[in-house]
Amino acid sequence: MDYYLNLLAWGDKGWGDELAHGAAITILLALATLPFGVALGLLVALAKRSSNAAIRAVGTVYTTVFRGVPELLTLYIVYFGFQIGLQKAWKGIGLPGSIEMPAFVAGMVALGVVLAAFSSEVWVGALNAIPKGQREGAYALGLSRALAFRLVIAPQLLRIALPGLGNNWMVLLKETSLVSVIALPDLMFWTGRANVVTKEPFLFFGAACLIYLVFSILSAWGVAALEERANRGFVSGVGGQR
Amino acid sequence: MRHRLQHPVALAALAVVLAIAALYASGALAWAGGLIGDGACRLAVGIGDVTGVDALRNYGCRMMGGLWVTLQLVAISVTLGVLLALVVAVARLWGGPVLGGIATAYTTFFRGTPLLAQLFLVYYGAGQIRPFLTTIGVWPYFREAFFCAAFTFTLNTAAYQAEIFRGAIQSVSRGQWEAARALGLRPFATFWKVILPQAAMVALRPLGNELVIMVKSSAVASLVTILDLMGSTRFAFARSFDLMVYVFAAALYLVIVEIIRRVWELAERRLTRHLHHA
Repeated sequence: MDYYLNLLAWGDKGWGDELAHGAAITILLALATLPFGVALGLLVALAKRSSNAAIRAVGTVYTTVFRGVPELLTLYIVYFGFQIGLQKAWKGIGLPGSIEMPAFVAGMVALGVVLAAFSSEVWVGALNAIPKGQREGAYALGLSRALAFRLVIAPQLLRIALPGLGNNWMVLLKETSLVSVIALPDLMFWTGRANVVTKEPFLFFGAACLIYLVFSILSAWGVAALEERANRGFVSGVGGQR
Repeated sequence: MRHRLQHPVALAALAVVLAIAALYASGALAWAGGLIGDGACRLAVGIGDVTGVDALRNYGCRMMGGLWVTLQLVAISVTLGVLLALVVAVARLWGGPVLGGIATAYTTFFRGTPLLAQLFLVYYGAGQIRPFLTTIGVWPYFREAFFCAAFTFTLNTAAYQAEIFRGAIQSVSRGQWEAARALGLRPFATFWKVILPQAAMVALRPLGNELVIMVKSSAVASLVTILDLMGSTRFAFARSFDLMVYVFAAALYLVIVEIIRRVWELAERRLTRHLHHA
């Protein structure tokens, strides 16, 4: 028992501080990706509802591609693709030396574009759930399209989209584990390293699973609390605004 | 016979049997498989020729072989997962505090942790408890990365599928139970003949999503030395440094996902055909 506790201890001998750092990177990456992916997802959703057929097609192709390709593959394409593109651009401008894209940014972009594809479906559903009369009423009051969206549609949108977005967040949290393959020192990266050094896979991967599980359970509570707050103006059972 | 086969569960069972038969009864199928493999190989190389991508010309065949490994992995995991999921769903619904608690813990764990962490736990963990696995005679299986991946994926997808089944079963209204009881059906017959067929309609769409997710998630198998589509693509990239191999792999995954989506739409139309007018 002492042996295992020492392995998980803080400091030079144990792996406790490394795991904590890794867990922090995992959370930071997920938190950094969320606003980017969700905002891009809203743009894609608006594109899919556009009156312009070309813009609609772009939105549809975007979601079809990023929902159908494995996240791991997207990650590799973004990481290596950007790396190669960046090198070429760097050389093209004639700058000395070389440049590398940080793994954190690559992970954020890759997870973000995938999150955008999935969250756009949630946004489309939420946009469809808002009765047409809301928009018509806003226009009748003389609001411009942008103002109607900002003042009338958006505040209602978030409440309806929240459960779906909460789901997206839980998926994102688990998908961050993939970035360990591009050498970003997240939780999975450090537990893998610890396994190689100590040959204690059950201890370390078990610990990683538990930490992810705690994050998931906390997230589920957080999302439930947010939903309750968002729905505070609605009496349960009576239904929405229709 | 025809009547029995209309039961969705009977259809699912038939699918399981067929999938397993197709995978193991190699004899005559090897010949046909060889032809398909040959064709797939030539197609990949041909695309390499047309687009002028050398890496595809050299590694296209390997990648198509990898695609076959991916399909096997997903087919095995998802079909075995269905069976396990039904058991878990029933345990969650009617298992009482002990069985129900175990089933809840199981689904919470597998849905709350990343598939990659689960895979590493099984793959590397198996080596650590090798003496124990040898004693109970399963070490020869766990020594194989493919088995470890199929094992992990089965447990993982079963957890997600169990939640889908549970929700679907709960969505069937109470009146259906009461009416079946009034007709004198026993609980098991009610579940099998009345509830499950109706639940299957509700479950079908999310099950299709889960299948698509498994196709995509199976890419992590490449991280434990398996040369599935992702693994063989990584190999090709490591040799050629040509990003086009990743793009080609992405296209292959897209095609698979699209085929599944289309087939699923057909299946859904068939299962709900009594709801369509004319």
